[in-house]
Amino acid sequence: MSATFTEKILARNAGRASVQPGDVLDITPDVVLSHDNTAAIAQTFAQLPHGRVRYPERLAITLDHAAPPPTPRHAQNHAQIRAFVRAQGITNFFEVGRGICHQVLCEEGIIGPGLILLGADSHTPHAGWLGAFGAGIGRTEVAALWATGQLWLRVPETIRITLTGQLVPGVMSKDFALHLIGQLSAEGANYRAVEFDGEGITAMSPEACMVLPNMMAEMGAKNAYIAPDETTWAWLEQQLQRSRPHDYRERLAHFREMALYPDPDAHYAAHHTTDLSTIEPVVACPHTVDNIAPVSRLHQIRVDVGFIGTCTNGRLEDIAAAAQVVRGQRLAARLLVIPASSQILQDAIACGYITTLLDAGATIGTPGCGPCMGNHMGVLAPGEVCISSANRNFRGRMGERDSAIYLANPAVVAASALTGRITHPADILNP
Amino acid sequence: MITHRIWKYGDNINTDVIFPGRCTYTVSHDPTELARHALEDLDPAFAASVQRGDVIVAGRNWGNGSSREQAVTCLKAAGVHAVIAASFARIYYRNAINSGLLVIECPAVIAHLETGDTVEIDMENALLYCTAGSFVFPHLPESVRAIVQAGGLINALKMRD
Ligand code: SF4
Repeated sequence: MSATFTEKILARNAGRASVQPGDVLDITPDVVLSHDNTAAIAQTFAQLPHGRVRYPERLAITLDHAAPPPTPRHAQNHAQIRAFVRAQGITNFFEVGRGICHQVLCEEGIIGPGLILLGADSHTPHAGWLGAFGAGIGRTEVAALWATGQLWLRVPETIRITLTGQLVPGVMSKDFALHLIGQLSAEGANYRAVEFDGEGITAMSPEACMVLPNMMAEMGAKNAYIAPDETTWAWLEQQLQRSRPHDYRERLAHFREMALYPDPDAHYAAHHTTDLSTIEPVVACPHTVDNIAPVSRLHQIRVDVGFIGTCTNGRLEDIAAAAQVVRGQRLAARLLVIPASSQILQDAIACGYITTLLDAGATIGTPGCGPCMGNHMGVLAPGEVCISSANRNFRGRMGERDSAIYLANPAVVAASALTGRITHPADILNP
Repeated sequence: MITHRIWKYGDNINTDVIFPGRCTYTVSHDPTELARHALEDLDPAFAASVQRGDVIVAGRNWGNGSSREQAVTCLKAAGVHAVIAASFARIYYRNAINSGLLVIECPAVIAHLETGDTVEIDMENALLYCTAGSFVFPHLPESVRAIVQAGGLINALKMRD
């Protein structure tokens, strides 16, 4: 029987020949993610009689959400997590400064094609850019997973999104993601899976692809998927060679063996097609991600600070785009740049982007989530306006309740920080 | 049947305004402390005047955004008996079930309820009663009902092992 990617991977994991949307299955994920919330999960885990984590080798833990710790209380939280990691013998543990969980798990080859990742983080669908199944779950569920290795999941219906054409220069995959959320709404994929395909995807760089499953969390999606193609495999080979030279061949072979692809005649609950060449730079206005307007209509909006970073748009291409915009100029507003991982920071230094940004007056932060969820490192004062490359602009998310967040692609963020008003990068690059 | 007072909110209420992100790693599991931040950035009057047994009524996509469970547990701590919404965000719905907060999806009733009104909940027959009449809501899938009946996932696991 023909099946979508999501139906196939859940059926295989549950040991079933086929499944239907609506079936509730017991799933044994390959990877279980948690981050600064690990100590809280460990408190819940301690209420269970199990004592030991069932599959410690499947856990992956990063310190990224408030790292380095801004207060003694945050520091104590990290200390408790380190103690838990030691006590349970968890090897996939990544310290302060290594980067944001979703990025680090991909860089380290912990997640890859055909694997199932459940994470105590709503952007866990991110892993779908690699052809994995990634879904966000709650802390209690992670505690249960640590104990038993299994969790109930409902098989979702799948929405198919076909991309034709190519983005025009200056437009980024973030613009398409925001456009799509604006069209289908913040609950447009609630309880559902999303699968992307089409020549528009094939033409995108891996870093551009990463944005799409990540942003589907903002449409309520359970998971999102892009089929690994030659570009994906080439990225993986190069990346694994870098992060795990000792066993990259075996790891790659494992991913090739596990990779799954939807059947051509699979049944989809809905099918949307977008011609990428029609997309222009857009902004999500306060305070919802589906409140979309074209950049060209927002020139009067004042900006106090630009933020480039996060699991959505804190990668090398994003930092490169920002550096290109501000090169040789001085910023009118503040610009905070936080690479999504230490590897990206190293590459950005090697490419000279960090120097370019510092010359323009930007601030560079430790790889991690930074002020994305208002924990630290650049939170907003009452009345302040931020334009951010992140994924959420909910009221008060980055600090004070009375602050405002606009979401955009990183080139728009850089151009806006340069002028102090929401600005189309083309106005800077080809005036 | 118990009569519940209603707090009514709109569509797309996200977890950041149900429980502030800036508190997620600093506020402890202590119920009083959790309750103090409930709906802080949505309705600053809520935490001070909510009473045990009150019910939240909301539009579509209640609890969208982050996976933080405090967005469920802060309401439980504040004494909220149930959330009745036109629809729930996926992770919020899971968290509520796994933490033992009653969540009822009933789009038809929402327009008939306002802050200050009251509602009665008949779990046995999956019915809501208010001045506009009675409204049916769907039962949970069989396999998930066991978790709710046990009072959440942790209790269910304790009973199993
Ligand atoms: S960068 Fe922001 S959205 Fe991404 S994991 Fe961190 S807090 Fe969440």
